[in-house]
Amino acid sequence: MPFENLSEKIQYTLRKLTGRGKVNEKDIEDAMREIRVSLLEADVNYKIVKEFISEVKVLALGEKVMKSLTPGDQVVKIVYDELVKLMGDEAVPINLKKAGTSVVLVVGLQGSGKTTHVGKLANYLRKNNKLKPLLIAADIYRPAAINQLVTIGKQLDIEVFQLGTSVKPQEIVKKGLEYAKEKSFNLVLIDTAGRLAIDEALMQELVEIKALSNPDEILLTVDAMTGQDAVNVAQTFHDKLNITGCLLTKLDSDTRGGAALSIRYMTKIPIKFIGLGEKMDELDVFHPDRMAKRILGMGDVLTFIEKAQESFDEEVAMKMAEKMQAGRFTYNDFLDQIKRIKKMGSLKGLLSLIPGIGSKIRNLDIDEKRFTYIEAIIGSMTKEERNNPDLITKSHSRKSRIANGSGRSYQEINNLTKQFEQMRIQMKAVMGMDESQMEKVSKGQAPMPAMQASKPKKGKGKNKGGFRF
Amino acid sequence: MGLFNLFKKKQKNELTRKYELGMKKTRVGLMGKLKAILSGHDQIDEDLFDDLTDAFIMADIGVETTLDFIDALKEDERVKGITNALELQPIIVDKMFELYLKGEIVNNNFNIQKDGLSVFLFVGVNGVGKTTTIAKIAYRLKKEGKKILLAAGDTFRAGAVDQLEVWANRVGVDIVIKKGATDPSSVIFEAVQKAKKEHYDILLCDTAGRLQNKVNLMKELEKMNRVIAREVENAPHETLLIIDATTGQNGLSQAEAFMEVTNITGVILTKLDGTSKGGIVLAIRDKYNIPIKMIGLGEKMEDLEYFDLEEYIGGLFIGDDE
Repeated sequence: MPFENLSEKIQYTLRKLTGRGKVNEKDIEDAMREIRVSLLEADVNYKIVKEFISEVKVLALGEKVMKSLTPGDQVVKIVYDELVKLMGDEAVPINLKKAGTSVVLVVGLQGSGKTTHVGKLANYLRKNNKLKPLLIAADIYRPAAINQLVTIGKQLDIEVFQLGTSVKPQEIVKKGLEYAKEKSFNLVLIDTAGRLAIDEALMQELVEIKALSNPDEILLTVDAMTGQDAVNVAQTFHDKLNITGCLLTKLDSDTRGGAALSIRYMTKIPIKFIGLGEKMDELDVFHPDRMAKRILGMGDVLTFIEKAQESFDEEVAMKMAEKMQAGRFTYNDFLDQIKRIKKMGSLKGLLSLIPGIGSKIRNLDIDEKRFTYIEAIIGSMTKEERNNPDLITKSHSRKSRIANGSGRSYQEINNLTKQFEQMRIQMKAVMGMDESQMEKVSKGQAPMPAMQASKPKKGKGKNKGGFRF
Repeated sequence: MGLFNLFKKKQKNELTRKYELGMKKTRVGLMGKLKAILSGHDQIDEDLFDDLTDAFIMADIGVETTLDFIDALKEDERVKGITNALELQPIIVDKMFELYLKGEIVNNNFNIQKDGLSVFLFVGVNGVGKTTTIAKIAYRLKKEGKKILLAAGDTFRAGAVDQLEVWANRVGVDIVIKKGATDPSSVIFEAVQKAKKEHYDILLCDTAGRLQNKVNLMKELEKMNRVIAREVENAPHETLLIIDATTGQNGLSQAEAFMEVTNITGVILTKLDGTSKGGIVLAIRDKYNIPIKMIGLGEKMEDLEYFDLEEYIGGLFIGDDE
């Protein structure tokens, strides 16, 4: 596939015309066809695609695009703006009581990620809203669902209320709420069994749970990989329960996530949260603009920047910079940086947020374990060696000892020390540049002291370009 | 329509009923839609083909597969000879059969060794129903008189081992659990040893759900596959990719990625009792040549059927005739 994302396709379709001066209606028509296929491949509901295309077409036929020197850019912008508009201009916050106990009811199809996200949400709201959460285990049907929630509760150190599988869910919820009041929890999250929206009996159960728990928020979890049926499912749940928000899970997959757009547009239910992995802190607030970029394949820079900001505090960064400049960067500092990067999430996940990289890294072999290996290697160094990297560089016996200690090959230790040395030299060079030098580099007039690209990894052929720091 | 006869089954009525139950709940199936579309057009023109495209897309049949299908339909000699839109229906059905069969006789029976151990590996993304499907298959094969062993290879998700254990007890089959294990390959290895030593017929290996773009998890799966291949000749005899019927276009990416690390021998389509049609499996067959072996139609252990193309397409096409 020559073009992996829509914006590139549109650019290409309309770039073919450069030199002819003007875009004509037929050209716009071609671009619209690309947009249509691309949106369908992103699982946007076919009805929305139809309406969307006719709206975008009217806008694209406007004077601005037709006379523009960069019609591609113009059309991409129109598509992007319209997508954002369709998804609701800004993030909608979760409904919680200002005082008293807030209740959040989590519902959805089987396997959409309810139990995991009850845990993530509790963790998130405890951290960001300073609430004391209680989890209620009301899934008595799926084998071991309660165990799963209890295990998650233990991991997070959050209490789980459960009465086993022989008590009716309605009763469990009622007792759980009483318990929450008694023990002064101010946030209750109810995990329910997965069910088909067309299962009358089980839907009735939810209606009853809703009536007796009077939730502030009813969240529907939807798998981001859902196809055309997403709208049906959301609408059926909505008809019965008046869903107040949607939680889009498994967005760490390579799905484009058109379901988000479909649900928001057809049912008007706002998407409030997105799930980005199996770890308990991998939850984020939904941002329509970022989702629009994802559907277009344009990357998600803002999330990347936010993640980076969260993990790096400025003071530490300044100290690090000083060290780099003085050439005093040690293995301890290196270890510290690796830990920070790891805190930001998976490398691939992070890289996929950068525009232009998203589609390219799909086939890239990023070995997340490499961090662990490096940590093991540094862990096998003595204190002295960590603070004075030169000790290792020159000593064969030290390298052998580290190799033995870390369980990695001698070759690997050698590579790491070499890379580390080069890194130190480059850091010093970059840090030592004055402003005029920097400017030249940034304008591309002078080469950046390039990071050493190491030998490509063997095996599997393909152009993988193995990841290095 | 000679092709149809290939798929005639004896217990057809019961099966049809199950599909219908699953599909009927939706009230508006593809057939209802198809008929409505066809009878809503006086002539065979671009408008009609556009509407047909929408109907295919709505069932989550892959975009590329759909567009190719419609293009081929337009070019079909039989279509060129007719003027009444309703006459298109049998041609469409016939072409869907061709799309799936590709001139082959597709065998969807499991590859079970006559003598010795057969190993099945179950793979898929999170939440598609791997564990439940294993329970259903264990139940079915046990009924056929096989001696079954389960391997609790999902050492990652909280509660996953317990879930399989509950099922093992319900179905009445043995299970290998390694408490506190973090490397699934070691669980699989242990299960294989036990299965060989105690002469089990079939070993069913559960694995953790993994998104296909997670390199390390895919490597872990590759390792499990390697362990099985090393310990048992020609194993795994079946590597089954579980696809949730609600899955959209991402199903293609799933098939592609799992094929890279394992030798996928078939797809099991789960949750077909809902409103979703799971049409992406047709695209998976079309693009990657992977047959669909079974379909899941509910949460009970009996709710599993062998895939039957005629019934499935029939199911896609069932709708209110009004």
